Amino acid sequence: MAEIRNFTLNFGPQHPAAHGVLRLVLEMDGEVVQKADPHIGLLHRGTEKLAESKPFNQSIGYMDRLDYVSMMCNEHAYVMAIEKLLGIAVPLRAQYIRVMFDEITRILNHLMWLGAHGLDIGAMTVFLYAFREREDLMDCYEAVSGTRMHATYYRPGGVYRDLPEQMPKYAPSKFRSRKEIDRLNEARAGSLLDFIDDFTQRFPKCVDEYETLLTDNRIWKQRTVNIGVLSPERAMALSCSGPVLRGSGVVWDLRKKQPYEVYDRVDFDIPVGVNGDCYDRYLVRVEELRQSNRIVRQCVEWLRRNPGPVMVDDHKIVPPRRVEMKGDMESLIHHFKLYTEGYSVPAGETYAAVEAPKGEFGIWLVSDGANKPYRMKARAPGFAHLAAMDELVRGHMLADVVAVIGTIDIVFGEIDR
Amino acid sequence: MSSLLAFWQQLSPDLRGFIVMAVEIVGVMLAVIISVAMLTLAERKVIGWMQVRFGPNQIRIFGLPVLKGWAQPFADVIKLLMKEVIVPANADKVVFLIAPLVALVPALSTWAVIPFSPDFVLADIDAGLLYILALTSLGVYGVILAGWASNSKYALLGAMRSAAQIVAYEIAMGFALVGVLMAAGSLNLTDVVRSQAGGITHWHGLVLFPLMVIYFIAGIAETNRAPFDVAEGESEIASGFHVEYSGATFATLFALPEYANMILVATLAPLLFLGGWLSPFEGLLPADSLLAQPSFLWLFVKILWFLFCFLWIRATFPRYRYDQIMRLGWKVFIPLTLVWIGVECVLAWYHVGPWGRM
Repeated sequence: MAEIRNFTLNFGPQHPAAHGVLRLVLEMDGEVVQKADPHIGLLHRGTEKLAESKPFNQSIGYMDRLDYVSMMCNEHAYVMAIEKLLGIAVPLRAQYIRVMFDEITRILNHLMWLGAHGLDIGAMTVFLYAFREREDLMDCYEAVSGTRMHATYYRPGGVYRDLPEQMPKYAPSKFRSRKEIDRLNEARAGSLLDFIDDFTQRFPKCVDEYETLLTDNRIWKQRTVNIGVLSPERAMALSCSGPVLRGSGVVWDLRKKQPYEVYDRVDFDIPVGVNGDCYDRYLVRVEELRQSNRIVRQCVEWLRRNPGPVMVDDHKIVPPRRVEMKGDMESLIHHFKLYTEGYSVPAGETYAAVEAPKGEFGIWLVSDGANKPYRMKARAPGFAHLAAMDELVRGHMLADVVAVIGTIDIVFGEIDR
Repeated sequence: MSSLLAFWQQLSPDLRGFIVMAVEIVGVMLAVIISVAMLTLAERKVIGWMQVRFGPNQIRIFGLPVLKGWAQPFADVIKLLMKEVIVPANADKVVFLIAPLVALVPALSTWAVIPFSPDFVLADIDAGLLYILALTSLGVYGVILAGWASNSKYALLGAMRSAAQIVAYEIAMGFALVGVLMAAGSLNLTDVVRSQAGGITHWHGLVLFPLMVIYFIAGIAETNRAPFDVAEGESEIASGFHVEYSGATFATLFALPEYANMILVATLAPLLFLGGWLSPFEGLLPADSLLAQPSFLWLFVKILWFLFCFLWIRATFPRYRYDQIMRLGWKVFIPLTLVWIGVECVLAWYHVGPWGRM
């Protein structure tokens, strides 16, 4: 009789559900997964090493490219680490702007996740719906920073600039009728804050729309309930964080447990799952969409009432305005020094973590007193989640692997760094 | 013209019949193939519309500034036919190339027994329903052979899923057809439609409503359409059985049979359950009014409705898992059809519904 053995299936790196470049070597008994062996490194770009070779500020842009669907949250951890080493306090308005954009980023990330997760399980319409709302948030990114994704908006000491008074508008084009342009520009008549406010007004309805397609759908439930169950103990032991940990029922959120910026001043709830399966993680993330929306709204209100500086007034760290530079010798020197050498950071080491949409994203920074980090290490939530992959999918079927990949929300930018 | 007519007259009746038949067959084939082309376009347009996007809206027929996007399916076909057919090195080359034909032939030959209007059917055979059942189950061989011959693990998984799924749903579908057979008293499709004459209340879909629903769902499963598209499983097994196919083989293996089968299911559903070409206003409006006449157009409208349902379902539902499909097929649909056949027996015994008219 022939020897019967399991067969190995190379899942990715070229695979529609690989979320980038996941290579998963599956050992399968028919359709049932016996062992999953995730391989990493296909998107390694040496971010941590690159950061050692350039002044602090020049690495902010790399942070965007780590987890490329929650850009500003990564920047946030990095600039927070630098601020800790420098020992500077950020103006309150900048803190609010940061919190607002962190939450906008969370919505962006969760929308992307929702769409991709739906698409993985075969519900393709949700993807397009999610991207419709993402488009508006991308425009917010663009309005403050000039780019739709890789913003480089947060700087040590605050944010790059204050919120614009005008929202960019759609220009007339031959592809869109006058009426449609007017409809698109309706919410863009005022400032960026007006636009975001308008978005937060209509966003809960959009979330309802996604939920009608998925939450009570029998097929969706069959595909996600009791799939990839993670007990609270195991979740903690595997150092999961974010929605994966909360989906297992552990109340842990850095925004509440060690509030940074102004998270202790805004009102929001932490959704927690019960069973720790894919469905609970789905519910947790959908509720986070609503909670983030709540936070954004509170920030908008505060920001409307409280104008002020968005950057510390210390030209040893923050370059002077260009206008000042033109007429003032000291400013010119500051400007020159900051744009060539950068600033030096006192020797020491620190760890700064934010509750990124995917979990705890932290930056460990060692400085030897020079103008660039001695060592930088990013703690990516997805890395720990991917490590839990084998445990999550063992004994499940191939189709569930896809559901689990979707539910742990991995992005290879941050895992491979 | 008159000489042509004279030439026609002097041919033997057998030959004349043969020529007429050949022309009819080519006509039906062309109609099916063009419908397939338009259906691929309709699918993209309808789903695009449901997903707040446009769908194809660029390619025009000869660049004319009308009907933007309508030439898309033809452009696709031309593209696919011009592409290289790549045969994987380790594939079983003969089977690999035959498999698309094995899938294509049954998908097209089933159309022989479909009556399009009261007096147009290619082959008015008595066992029409059986013929359809037999041929649709042959179609799965194409899928299995394609998956096996590709010598790829993904294709193998897809073929395995497809085989199991089609066997399961073939039974449920067969039982649903048994219900129709009992109500119509004939296996001939024209007779099945005739037995529903006499107004909308005489349509089988009324008494056999559960069977109609099961038939349609089984039809979706049979054609490997979402939410039962596990054999393809875009996000799981990266296209399944046709992952190794390209160019013309891809077009004939995947696009043509799949869409032709969709249209077939959508055609059979009205024929069996919704009175085929019969008018829904029959008996409600005066018998000589235009709307009450049986016509191909009624059938066409009903087909379009079912095809729309196909697309609608695809845009709405997530995909089932393989074992859940099996469970649904074996544990839900087959018992349900059996129960309803029992119900029909009781109805027939007491001469209720269609059996009262027999």
